[in-house]
Amino acid sequence: MLGYNQFRGVIVKRRWNWLVWLGFAMAILAAYSYLFLFIRFPITRDFPWVNLTLFLVAGCLLGVGLYRAFAQPGQYRGRVSGPILAVLSLGILGLFYYGTFYLARHLPPGENALRVGQPAPDFALADIDGRMVTLSQLRQGKRAVLLIFYRGYW
Amino acid sequence: MAISVDSPEESRKLCQSQGYTFPFLSDPNAATIRAYGVLHPHAGEDGHDIARPAEFLVDRTGTIRWENLTENLLARLRPETVSHVLDGMLADGAVRGK
Repeated sequence: MLGYNQFRGVIVKRRWNWLVWLGFAMAILAAYSYLFLFIRFPITRDFPWVNLTLFLVAGCLLGVGLYRAFAQPGQYRGRVSGPILAVLSLGILGLFYYGTFYLARHLPPGENALRVGQPAPDFALADIDGRMVTLSQLRQGKRAVLLIFYRGYW
Repeated sequence: MAISVDSPEESRKLCQSQGYTFPFLSDPNAATIRAYGVLHPHAGEDGHDIARPAEFLVDRTGTIRWENLTENLLARLRPETVSHVLDGMLADGAVRGK
């Protein structure tokens, strides 16, 4: 795109504002890398600090890119694409935050559960071979039994 | 062992794909899940009741000795936490070793 450079008074080609695009790409990476990489490791999954840091980097890149677009419009492009990419990046951050800080914590309170010291109710449930298994049977000859309730895959 | 509303077939697929060797039990109508107070109502497919993530350590007398009720689906129990708890209980004599 050709633009008017006020200092020189000549038509010059304005430079591609790659920072806003890099910032946007970083925001996508920040969200996707959690789903496909950082969710695998407890240290980066329990609290998504790596991904929030990547979002911060994305914000800095977008910030500098937007500053260039608006403070030096004669030299840099991005006065239209910059704000659009910034809003999209904010949207990605919003979705990421909603998923990890709201949806993932939207669980029934633990207070409903049986307490330590209470007897564990016996049960008879089918294992993967369809055989009935009871808790009392499982306890036989073991020092302890760990019951893991999980959401399942339905 | 692991308990969910999944069918034995579904659990079998999971065990085979992940190489789990401990028992997976099927609680399709969530009766046991409800008895332990860890029901997550309408959270499954088509609004089915499922279990919230929860772990209970039951000693040989059938008493709950320890439990873990996460408030965050993403923050799950780590195996080393359980072994640490078991070691502590063995030291206390709460759970006698074999």
